[in-house]
Amino acid sequence: MTPTADHAPNVPLEYRGAREAAGPLLVVGGVEGIGFDALATVRLASGEVRRGLVLEVHRDLAVIQVLEGTAGIDPDTVSVAFDAHPLQIPVGEGWLGRVWNGMGEPLDGGPPMLGATTRAVAGSPLNPTGRAVPIDPILTGISVIDALTTLVRGQKLPVFSSAGLPHFELAAQIAVQANIAGEQFKVVVVAMGLTHADAATMRDALEPRAAAGELALFLDTADDPVVQRILAPRVALTVAEYLGFDLGHHVLVVLADMTSYCEAVREVSAARGEVPGRRAYPGYLYSDLASLYERCGRIRGRAGSVTQVPVLTMPANDITHPLPDLTGYITEGQIVLSPEMHGSGLYPPVDVLASLSRLMRKGVGEGLTRSDHPGIASQLVAALSHARQVRDLAELIGAGALTETDQRYLSFADAFNSVLVSQGTGESRSLEDTLDRAWQVVSELPRSELTMLSAADVTAHYRGDETKADDRPADEPPERADVPATWVAPDTGGQERRG
Amino acid sequence: MSNPTAPTAMADDRPGPGRVVRVNGPLVEIEGLDQVAVLDVVEVGHNSLAAEVVSVRQGLLTAQVYEYTGGLRVGDPALGQGHPLSARFGPDLLGGIFDGLLRPLTGQPLWLSAGALRQTGTRRQWPFAPAVSTGTVVAPGNLLGMVPTPSGVDHRVLVPPGTAGPVDWVAGDGEVDDDEPIASIGGSPVAISEQWPVRAPRPVRARLELSAPLLTGQRVVDLLFPIAKGATAAVPGGFGTGKTVLLQQLVKWCEADVVVFVGCGERGNELADALADLSKLDDPRTGRSLLERTVVIANTSNMPVMAREASIHTGMTVAEFYRDMGYDTVLLADSTSRWAEALREFSSRSGELPAEEGYPAGLASALAAFYERAGRVTTLGGEEGSVTAIGAVSPPGGDMAEPVTAHTERFVRCLWSLDRDLAYARHYPAVTWRRSFSRDAQSVGAWHASEGRPAWARDRARAVALLAEADRLAPMVELVGLASLPGRERVTLLAGRLLREAVLQQSAQSVNDGHCTPAKQEALLELVLALYDRFLALVDQGHPASAVEEIDTSGVVRIRDEVGPDDAAGVERRRDEMLAALENWK
Ligand SMILES: Nc1ncnc2c1ncn2[C@@H]1O[C@H](COP(=O)(O)OP(=O)(O)OP(=O)(O)O)[C@@H](O)[C@H]1O
Ligand SMILES: [Mg+2]
Repeated sequence: MTPTADHAPNVPLEYRGAREAAGPLLVVGGVEGIGFDALATVRLASGEVRRGLVLEVHRDLAVIQVLEGTAGIDPDTVSVAFDAHPLQIPVGEGWLGRVWNGMGEPLDGGPPMLGATTRAVAGSPLNPTGRAVPIDPILTGISVIDALTTLVRGQKLPVFSSAGLPHFELAAQIAVQANIAGEQFKVVVVAMGLTHADAATMRDALEPRAAAGELALFLDTADDPVVQRILAPRVALTVAEYLGFDLGHHVLVVLADMTSYCEAVREVSAARGEVPGRRAYPGYLYSDLASLYERCGRIRGRAGSVTQVPVLTMPANDITHPLPDLTGYITEGQIVLSPEMHGSGLYPPVDVLASLSRLMRKGVGEGLTRSDHPGIASQLVAALSHARQVRDLAELIGAGALTETDQRYLSFADAFNSVLVSQGTGESRSLEDTLDRAWQVVSELPRSELTMLSAADVTAHYRGDETKADDRPADEPPERADVPATWVAPDTGGQERRG
Repeated sequence: MSNPTAPTAMADDRPGPGRVVRVNGPLVEIEGLDQVAVLDVVEVGHNSLAAEVVSVRQGLLTAQVYEYTGGLRVGDPALGQGHPLSARFGPDLLGGIFDGLLRPLTGQPLWLSAGALRQTGTRRQWPFAPAVSTGTVVAPGNLLGMVPTPSGVDHRVLVPPGTAGPVDWVAGDGEVDDDEPIASIGGSPVAISEQWPVRAPRPVRARLELSAPLLTGQRVVDLLFPIAKGATAAVPGGFGTGKTVLLQQLVKWCEADVVVFVGCGERGNELADALADLSKLDDPRTGRSLLERTVVIANTSNMPVMAREASIHTGMTVAEFYRDMGYDTVLLADSTSRWAEALREFSSRSGELPAEEGYPAGLASALAAFYERAGRVTTLGGEEGSVTAIGAVSPPGGDMAEPVTAHTERFVRCLWSLDRDLAYARHYPAVTWRRSFSRDAQSVGAWHASEGRPAWARDRARAVALLAEADRLAPMVELVGLASLPGRERVTLLAGRLLREAVLQQSAQSVNDGHCTPAKQEALLELVLALYDRFLALVDQGHPASAVEEIDTSGVVRIRDEVGPDDAAGVERRRDEMLAALENWK
């Protein structure tokens, strides 16, 4: 045997009968020359054909995870053929404007995707030296996101939500509205584990963009086999990488709901009898999620970009749960949705203080969005943080005992919600509109409180009254005791830009 | 550049081929391969993927593969390489970026599919100037010659460990190839690059006591929790608390000759950002690009998991290699938790009995062994050098009791704990004084005294006490209200806030304040302490605390950003102005 000889057979090897079928797994015996992670074609006695991936080869055994599950498989009559290679799919623009299932099969009655160019769905790691630093914004038309947690091309910015919150609506709104002025923009949506009702709503919401040939939808519903859910994001990201890095489009990938994806991983892991980790998720979940989330970015010398917005529901609204925790450890910030805000009827219910876009600093400001953007963002977050303390204080001592300045912070917070945050699910706002609203909100505060904004910006945009709020009773503690005078919002370059 | 697993022996000397009998992700089992020891490298499959043997049981080898194993089959060949996992250490390391096995990533394919990194880069010629002549008797660690590099960190070619005797022959002044012998010693050829097994610590003559600090330019570290050259530190913190930013500030500003940064299972975008920053910034001490003193090892989270496991050892060996040349080196690893998880992933696949949270029982000793490789030493050649090791820790759910954090805390000399509440309030760096320590504060204080800064230790002690006292008082304010506290305590609260805001906060994005020299650090701390004293005096004289609290201190908080990184005089002027204004107060 010489290391250079090519042993890869061109014809798939076919085996009749399996040792064992259970849950997602099929164990085939007596095999030879089967590659790890190879594609398997499983033929039932009924003539039905299923697909699977080889999870392990051990002497003459091959363990296969069957994408459609093993329900209905009789081990005695099933036959299995193996490809020489891991799963590949055709790539190209033909995916756009269509609806597919998690394996990339048509759900819209159209023809299957064909094409001469194929790529392995597992993808390959991008050489870190080939990456370009993400810069330049993507606008979502959603004020609170564009103003305060700006999405940057090549970033991965998840939405952390809870059961019952409108995260699918928000995901769909982002998918429909996201754009870059004057550039080709494509969207790939992967819906995982959705109920049929949610899936139908999602499909309808995305229809206009799909009809324009700008969007591909991969739809995996709650009753689809779990293994398909594991494949769906990989198929979608393979499509997106080709559109972005080979064809030079700016591509946004929305992955919802990653919680369903992780549960599928856990289910397969349990079926294999693997050692469970935190909350019974397998220990390799971090690497597994990274193998998805890292498939985005920009490449030096190439035009396009791949940006990800994964959406996940935090079990029991617990941000320390392994799913948001592992996601947060991989992604570049987070947009957190708040049940309280949703409860008070606000859409989108984004908890600004818990949210952060780590790459925003690179995406906003002069020549990117608007020169006053970094300053106004820092100022809004700082003021909001103080307003929250004032509200707590007001609960203790009563709103009447607040200084006039602090009362202005309370009206600022109200205006923040009603003028800036609150928005319709079908409403897309221009950046100008969003930033003008931001100034309208900030103008609720006395001019003297705007310490994070340059004098020039204040002169140009401030619309509040000019009363100097020096109304503090002499024996009161100094206000803003806990908010540093040089409070710097992250990623907006507060220090450098303070003028 | 040769492949790190490339044989030094000829192919026919190598054991094998054996036969793959099991593939489960990165785990393979091999039969029929004799004369292979645990930790030896084997190449598996037709793409010759590098793997490392982790156990041998009755002729069955278990190995971890450093690449994606898709397509690997039962029956595929496996060849023993006859040596443990090694890398080649040469003058091309500085300014370079490598994967976990020290294979250069520059000039390699954009997509790193399995086997893609095998191609060797182009060989380079280096200028060599001999320092010995034929006949000189040399021992390990002796200087054979120099390779001047553009970075100013000259590459010293040393007699490798285990080689000694008279110099039979040495090359003259001139250009030499990476692997071409430049001397022969007692019959053994020596090249400017050296092959070394990365899991084996490089030998030293003696370990030395720690004293001088590694100045980092970060005030919370240098003033409160200083790290000595040759010491170890861990930076635990939940996601988004600022581990990467802090480590990258150290990469940029710490006063080391050589910095090794290991991106271990973290983000690709961050690495691209760090590289871009480093090539733009100049070393304030040498005026040269910071990248030229830096070695980056990048095994991002989507790169093969087992190479991530190796990357920590590879990085440590690079640091030791420069230490042996007599340099002060720093190894930064972001994040050691990802490395521990790679250990866990493999042990669980190989069916090892799990200990705490699924980690292998050997986790604690693996962590201890890693941090033990740090130290200040006398090298074999009699030089003084050091490796300072600093690791980020990413506790799941921010739980500091989890195994990696809990074990690491025991083995390090400094702990810089990052606190979610501080990060949430945008107090950066979010190092909490409540859960951090430095076991070298005393010796660093003595060093400062010997450098003519006797006040350092006293000021530090006052700062620590002030933070603790302010923390003790804060909950009382919530209970009884500020107005019911005695004047001196209200002033303590005020000074505590000034200390946090004017001294401890330091934005990495600030042009003037991203790093800070010891003189400016001390000036800032003394500014706050001087005001504290004056405020105490004012209340003692009978002024109401509320009036003292009304004093405009925004100039105190802003001065750090208003003056340059080494402008201690600017800070002192602000102090004098403030004190003078208070002289005639009321
Ligand atoms: N010293 C600092 N100065 C300014 N901003 C900071 C500083 N430290 C942290 N930040 C802010 O916090 C964000 C997150 O920091 P960082 O990426 O270092 O977190 P991390 O602890 O490494 O998180 P993860 O575990 O997810 O990698 C940064 O993007 C930045 O906005
Ligand atoms: Mg980090």
